[in-house]
Amino acid sequence: MSGLPLLTLLMVVPLVGSAVIWLLPSASSRLAKPIALGVSLLTLALGLVAWGQFDNGSSERYQLTETHSWIPQFGVSYALGVDGIALSLILLAAILTPICLLAAWNDLGEDAEPAREKTYFALMLILLTFMVGVFAARDVFLFYVFFEAMLVPVYFLIGMFGGPRRQYAAVKFILFSLVGGLIMLVAVIGLYFQGPGGDHGFLYESLEGAVGGSTATQRWLFVGFFIAFAIKAPMWPVHTWLPDAAAEARPATAVLLVGVLDKVGTFGMLRFCLGFFPEAAKWATPVVITLAVISVLYGGLLAIGSRDLMRLIAFTSVSHFGLIVLGIFAMTTTGGAGSTLYMINHGFATAGLFLLAGFLISRHGTQRIADYGGWQRVTPVLAGTFLISGLSSLALPGLSSYVSEFLVLAGTFQRYQWAAAFATLGIVLAALYILLTYQRLFTGPRPTFVEAGEPRDLGLRERVVIAPIIASFLVLGFFPKPVLDLVNPAVKQTLQLVGVTDPAPTNASGSAK
Amino acid sequence: MTALSTAMPTAFQAVQIDYAALAPMLVIVGAALLGVLVEAFAPRGSRHMIQVALTLVALVASFVVLALVSVDHQTVTAGGSIVVDGPALFMQGTLLIFGILGVLTMSERFGGRSADAFTPMGAATPGSPAEANAERAGFATSEAFPLTLFAMFGMLMFVAANDLITMFVALEVLSLPLYVLTGLARRRRLLSQEGSLKYFLLGAFSSAFFLFGAALLYGYAGSTDLAVISRAITTANGDLEGLLLPGVVLTLIGLLFKVGAVPFHSWTPDAYQGAPTPVTGFMAAATKLAAFGAILRLAYVGLEASRIEWRLGVAAIAVLTMVVGAVVSVTQTDMKRLLAYSSIAHAGFVLVGVLAFDVTAVSGVMFYVLAYGLSTIAAFAIVFLVRSGGSEATHISQWAGLGRNHPVVAGVFSLMLLAFAGIPLTSGFTAKFAVFAPAVAHGGLAGIVMVVVGVLASGVTAFVYFRLIVLMYFTESTADDVVVALTPSIASTIAITVGALGTVVLGIVPGPILDLAGRVSQFIL
Repeated sequence: MSGLPLLTLLMVVPLVGSAVIWLLPSASSRLAKPIALGVSLLTLALGLVAWGQFDNGSSERYQLTETHSWIPQFGVSYALGVDGIALSLILLAAILTPICLLAAWNDLGEDAEPAREKTYFALMLILLTFMVGVFAARDVFLFYVFFEAMLVPVYFLIGMFGGPRRQYAAVKFILFSLVGGLIMLVAVIGLYFQGPGGDHGFLYESLEGAVGGSTATQRWLFVGFFIAFAIKAPMWPVHTWLPDAAAEARPATAVLLVGVLDKVGTFGMLRFCLGFFPEAAKWATPVVITLAVISVLYGGLLAIGSRDLMRLIAFTSVSHFGLIVLGIFAMTTTGGAGSTLYMINHGFATAGLFLLAGFLISRHGTQRIADYGGWQRVTPVLAGTFLISGLSSLALPGLSSYVSEFLVLAGTFQRYQWAAAFATLGIVLAALYILLTYQRLFTGPRPTFVEAGEPRDLGLRERVVIAPIIASFLVLGFFPKPVLDLVNPAVKQTLQLVGVTDPAPTNASGSAK
Repeated sequence: MTALSTAMPTAFQAVQIDYAALAPMLVIVGAALLGVLVEAFAPRGSRHMIQVALTLVALVASFVVLALVSVDHQTVTAGGSIVVDGPALFMQGTLLIFGILGVLTMSERFGGRSADAFTPMGAATPGSPAEANAERAGFATSEAFPLTLFAMFGMLMFVAANDLITMFVALEVLSLPLYVLTGLARRRRLLSQEGSLKYFLLGAFSSAFFLFGAALLYGYAGSTDLAVISRAITTANGDLEGLLLPGVVLTLIGLLFKVGAVPFHSWTPDAYQGAPTPVTGFMAAATKLAAFGAILRLAYVGLEASRIEWRLGVAAIAVLTMVVGAVVSVTQTDMKRLLAYSSIAHAGFVLVGVLAFDVTAVSGVMFYVLAYGLSTIAAFAIVFLVRSGGSEATHISQWAGLGRNHPVVAGVFSLMLLAFAGIPLTSGFTAKFAVFAPAVAHGGLAGIVMVVVGVLASGVTAFVYFRLIVLMYFTESTADDVVVALTPSIASTIAITVGALGTVVLGIVPGPILDLAGRVSQFIL
């Protein structure tokens, strides 16, 4: 590993970028957007360098590590390091951020106040810092710090720039997240005293497989972490903040929120709930699996019933997060790898849906699905790309989500046949909510536009935004190997910590009948 | 020292006094007396400047003396009644910093002739011709500054008091000037006087409780010295056992009153609302710190051995304090009352740490009150700036849209709110961690329950703070009156800046201060 602290740089670059934007004099506030985009692309480049330095075959649990003492009195270190799962999620954040910045280019309109525009883009960049931090942390306390701190920029992004009910949505978002976080705080404190302690007592390596205490204590700690992650993920029945937040947020914010931030929940389940409390995780599995299956079905049903386009996409995410959690708690390598891959694929699929929905809404000014119809005759490219995103979301073979969804279901089936069977119904629901939505939005007679004139199809900027997302569907659909190679060792190591082996006869390709 | 305090002297002997250890207190009380003379002899026009300068010089000098001289004289002195040990020095230093910041905000004139916070004539009937005449004649209650020094003297002694009598004297010395200061607000005089009177009456009540408790403990142990009481408890043979618990309860009530713990909190919102806003900030930060200093010493040095008997009771008070403070703050519409209830909730959080009974808890509590005090002084200094038609815009609806018109003021205030809510990377989070961690580690089941209640209460208070941020940033101003933030003088700017910097620094790099607090957290018996 080179001496360069890559992960720190990945956080510092956007942080400095956002500070620069904030300090821009009003006269040159036009530079805010180009600077933000440039900085996010630089971050992405650094992320790719990090990927290049990451060694899939290494036996090290964490790579690219940096460790410095931070608050030794609490056992807290500033420690970074990634395994394949964390790195892939960092890359997801680094790829989606420039896309979102470009998508948000004209969000505030031509005549936006300079201060407002600066704030908007600076907040997005600072959010990138926290997103990288939360996945790159190798210290529970540091993870918690980022976990909570990233609420603040999202809160402002929703509350300052969102739709008409933004205040309600912002407060609801922050309260749900904060309550989850505070419950986790108790568990974080408790975890330290059950671990080896000392100046570096919060390091993942110190804690993995080393959490002591009675069975009851471990279960309580597990529950403390799990509630926070379930709210974040979000799972039924603590998902209710998501539709409001997604519906009121700007599409770009919604992408980062649902596509990346919420992954912290499932990432945390994999890393903390399974890694630190294997026994408790096994104890809780029946309940978690049940909740996950309910999430899959309930999210799908509510999506079908949604009249608001953004809420609909949010509910599809509830359904998909249910599948991800299912794959994690199936505790098979197939399921685990599938879930991790799903986190990535879901990030892109949701990004496609949210951003295209945003483009559509910016043309018509309403989120009500019923107000649309026949738009494929007006905006064929928009309709086509929306359909591809939707098909990816419903896991059409050949598109990315199919691979991950198959792996999750196959992995789950190895242990929990019934759960897998019920979850498969979710795919049927997915076909319904995607195709019905497409039908309502885009098919039918050509709409008439009386006042505003005929809306234009996707412009160049919008095509540039959507092209990499569509490309990801195809690449990850046909050739998921690079990502699977990246995440598989990490998944195996996590399951080793749990101490489970795949049910015999194991078969890595998941030939689950 | 034990021989000194227990053995009956055969003849009167002058006690040994280590003047170097007491020097910080002596500087303050000397300057306070000098300030009274200034009030008597200096011409009216120059009093403000002289008083402010004298007060600041005294506070800084006291701090320097403490940091350079007293630290090397950690000892029990003055016949066992004052103990200058690590916790005492840490808290005295913190108090002096609070004093400096508080005086800086109190000195704010906004271009006028005298301090803007204080009425020209405290004795005049509100709205009477006498008051108007006093205003016109250029009267000013610049005695507020010596009063602050007297209160500071009491606080410095309070955290170093090693016997119940000294503690009681210190309690009175710190309280009486605060009662007066509370009644000196320039605007909304009636509210100010009401707050002052309530504070005084309830404060007198609590003093009586404390004194009665002290008397019972004296009856039990044969001494008011904390170390002797502690020894009496451990070597108890069952005699007079009935005096112990009532004595403990009554003394604790007296002290819990000062920190505003529920159900002894009812003075807090009224006094906080009525007092001149800079005084509120000073009072909230410094009184709370001093009272927790005394509670720590009483609980850890004097009554620790009997904690089984009273710990759960105080734990119940802590839970009640957190819950009531948090829940009631939701319904507040006045900014100062809201911050008052928030301070009640914070007192509950600190109590959680106190009840952990571990040396790490001492440092955690000291860190908490330091972090909270810095943020609080700055927060009230900002409340003081936000005006509508000259008087303070304390109704929270008046703060709508402040973020748009005064981004810096609103930004700094939001930072304080984030700290109060305990968001990571602010001092509030580190502080909460510092008190909750010992409670989980050493507090047993009760500690864990308290921490769980604590985090839930934090969630409730966070709702309150985030609602304020929503109001400042996301809501358009609807009020008919024009709300402006006055431009602060250099003095207030320094105070606000130090508070804000402290909030950030203690959140991001708390290591050095935690380390210091950890090294000095051992009480000398």
